[in-house]
Amino acid sequence: MSKNDKPLWTAKLRGAWQRNLPIEKLLPDTQPAYVSSWIYTFGVLTLSALAVIIASGLVLAFEGPSWYHLSNVGHFVNSLHFWSVQFFFIFMVIHLWGKFWMAAWRGRRMATWMTGGIAFVASIATAFTGYLVQTNFDSQWISFEAKDGFNSVGIGAWFTVTNLGQMLLLHVAFLPLILGVLTILHILLVRAKGVVPPIDAFGNKETSQGARK
Amino acid sequence: MSRYKIGELESQVWAGRTRRYDIIKEGTIALLIVTLLTIAASLFFGSPDDKQLTFKSWAVTSPSDFYQTAVHEIAGSSESAGYGAPYNTASDGVNVGPLHLAKIFGVSHPVNSVNDFVITPLSTQVNTPEVSAALKTWSAADSKMQQAWATKYDEAVTKANGDLAKISAGSADFGPVPALISGLLSMAQSGSLDAVLLSQGNYFQFDNTKQTLFMGDGNFFNDQSTASHLQGDTWGMMNETGRYPGQAWLWLYSFWYQIPPFNNGDQHPFGANADAYIMVIMGLLSAGLIFMPLIPGIKNLPRRIPIHRLIWKQYYKEENL
Repeated sequence: MSKNDKPLWTAKLRGAWQRNLPIEKLLPDTQPAYVSSWIYTFGVLTLSALAVIIASGLVLAFEGPSWYHLSNVGHFVNSLHFWSVQFFFIFMVIHLWGKFWMAAWRGRRMATWMTGGIAFVASIATAFTGYLVQTNFDSQWISFEAKDGFNSVGIGAWFTVTNLGQMLLLHVAFLPLILGVLTILHILLVRAKGVVPPIDAFGNKETSQGARK
Repeated sequence: MSRYKIGELESQVWAGRTRRYDIIKEGTIALLIVTLLTIAASLFFGSPDDKQLTFKSWAVTSPSDFYQTAVHEIAGSSESAGYGAPYNTASDGVNVGPLHLAKIFGVSHPVNSVNDFVITPLSTQVNTPEVSAALKTWSAADSKMQQAWATKYDEAVTKANGDLAKISAGSADFGPVPALISGLLSMAQSGSLDAVLLSQGNYFQFDNTKQTLFMGDGNFFNDQSTASHLQGDTWGMMNETGRYPGQAWLWLYSFWYQIPPFNNGDQHPFGANADAYIMVIMGLLSAGLIFMPLIPGIKNLPRRIPIHRLIWKQYYKEENL
């Protein structure tokens, strides 16, 4: 094979993408017949809450961390941010439990479960830093209490909950970036692998009943 | 048609019955619903914003508590003065078994309670002649003498439970310490201690570690948090001020602090080192969540407890499964 015949990295990536995630999978207009339970709505509800969190968070970021203490509009936007986080976690926990009882990691979907699990932990870290940058009595107390936990295992040497500047940067830049990447990866994996079939849907039957080999 | 093993089909491309599914429409409706829900909750309930505490509010509202705390700071008997890493080397800190993890990583955020909380703030301002003289006396003394004065005054104040009338402030045993602490109290009551502790000699400053440690050493801050049900032994980390939901997702973290052996701070090894043990437990549980599909027993629970029969009830019925 000459140098010019070797597949380019770009071509390899494009080929892998087209094989695993063609546009029909990314934006499907049909789903398997078993995708017909209310539990399936909690994934998209979680994503919707995340969208409201990001939108309200962007407004708060542009106006600065003290704005919401001084302005009624600011306080309302802060309330949107606060409640969208509450809804986000409610939807995500229901989604997580639903996927657990579906054993949604079956059929080579372990990476989907793991990205979801890491995203859950990253969400907790993001929300936690959000509570630390409220710049009110609650954030004062949380930083005082939480420092002991992080210091106790040495993490406090780098992750300083009493450092408002560090927490603010982590909350508005680093952690949302991590969470965003994990969320996108999680969604792409869901679309690429498809929705997990019901447990024992095929049992010991010798017919495919729906799978194409 | 080839035969399939149990579970093998789960990884195959679905080619069975399908239903129409509009992913964009579903997403749009979901976003609309969540946006309306959020707006409604924000309009009806608002959000918490209890005013932050300041050193001025502490010194004005509870001068005796501020005074005693400042004495503990100069004597090195406060909680922060004896904390250990990452603030100082006064103690080994908590441990997990033989590991003192905080100590291993050393003093990354040095805090000297005598200088950072008392002497340096006083030195930044124009003082009364009495406080200026006290500062000069303190600076001229060696550290042994300074410690002796501060310790004796700390013992006297503690014994008198903060009732300064019972103490002879002019006693030579205490040196300049009473004058220094009175000066710091006045400084705090005027509001200038907040500014000095915040700026720490700089124009830009983002780190509140020193203020937080100083304020946490007193009862004023703790009493306010107790009144707001934020203490650790009342599920504090997941609570919020007022009647608002807090970080309910931290319930499992808070849970461990409510039960033996972690809820007894005097009990060794677990109660006294609860912070470290609970962090390790939560780290392991978080890893367990992420790697759940690999954990024997747990990964089979969904198959053994047939909640999936409810989730896919319609499909099982239609397929006579």
